[in-house]
Amino acid sequence: MKRVDCLEAIYDELAGCAVVTIMGAVAVELYSLGHRPNFFYLEHAMGLASSMGLGIALSQPDRKVVVLDGDGSVLMNLGGLTTLARYAPGNLTHIVFDNQSLLSVGGFPTATATGSDLAGIARAAGIAKAATVTSLEEFRGAAVAAIDAPELACVVAKVEAVGPTSFHMDLHLLENRFEFQRALRPDPDSEGDPTS
Amino acid sequence: MPVSERHSKLVYDALVAVGVEVVSALPETWLVHLIRLAENDPAMILVRLAKEEEGIGISAGAHLAGRRSAMLMQNHGLLQSVNGIVSLAQLYKIPLLMVISDRGHLGEPDPWQTAGGRATRPILDALGIVTDELSDPATVQLQVARAMTLAQASLSPVALLLTRDLMWEALA
Repeated sequence: MKRVDCLEAIYDELAGCAVVTIMGAVAVELYSLGHRPNFFYLEHAMGLASSMGLGIALSQPDRKVVVLDGDGSVLMNLGGLTTLARYAPGNLTHIVFDNQSLLSVGGFPTATATGSDLAGIARAAGIAKAATVTSLEEFRGAAVAAIDAPELACVVAKVEAVGPTSFHMDLHLLENRFEFQRALRPDPDSEGDPTS
Repeated sequence: MPVSERHSKLVYDALVAVGVEVVSALPETWLVHLIRLAENDPAMILVRLAKEEEGIGISAGAHLAGRRSAMLMQNHGLLQSVNGIVSLAQLYKIPLLMVISDRGHLGEPDPWQTAGGRATRPILDALGIVTDELSDPATVQLQVARAMTLAQASLSPVALLLTRDLMWEALA
């Protein structure tokens, strides 16, 4: 299963959500499918995408929030899983692409390559709905159900360690930041409001 | 407990007065009353953290989603959060009001606080973070208001150090 195919499989579902991705391949591949104002690419600060998603989800309980995370990033903020579980906002979905490596920086293996089980860790942290999927159909079913359900869920997708040929995105990170903030404005008349 | 309840309330009320709706926190002795106040305020979204750096993400998310926030942490929490401050708050221009207990400074009796105490100001300075010290109860409200105004205008972190003079009540 390739991550880009997973992203494509849920691309339509992401239209109405606030989406926060990690840096590297996840950001580039989502961007390559077509950028939208409600997509925020966290180009650094590894580990904090899920914390940002929690901040958004608690601040705007009526908006669906999807975090597109990775094994390397989640491993940098395992404590954050306990914080997600503690507040368990029903409007938050945590998708983790686990390619068992730090692909963007040489492909060195992460601890999931030697058996660390992120869905198991998430469940043990208190996120009851946490599961691992290994096929595209399974992923689409689990991810769409998780986004639709009014319950915090974590979907760990085992994906191949392959990524884009280029990591270039024609979008400055500050441009992305201000556009995303505008897209999250609750004013129903504002341009780019994903709920309108 | 000789941590000042009255002055903690002053700080909390000042945060509410400047529109703070989200507070992330990790407990320490000096912050006990402040965290209790947030806990007992039904209008406040209190996020208890496992580690302080998460709070930078919470505040960034809250800001982009239209809410003002503050972080309550010990100075060692600041040390723990440096990458988040640099690679999220500063890189992405996020206003970040950090209310930091100033442990390990003059008068500190706990040996384990002293190394961090020595590092706190130089690190804030190295990060280019505008810092103010809260020590006089008479000016707390104004200082908090000015810190929030600057954080919002500059879209940057601002640090308020809760000093021993403010937080610690001398035993009678």
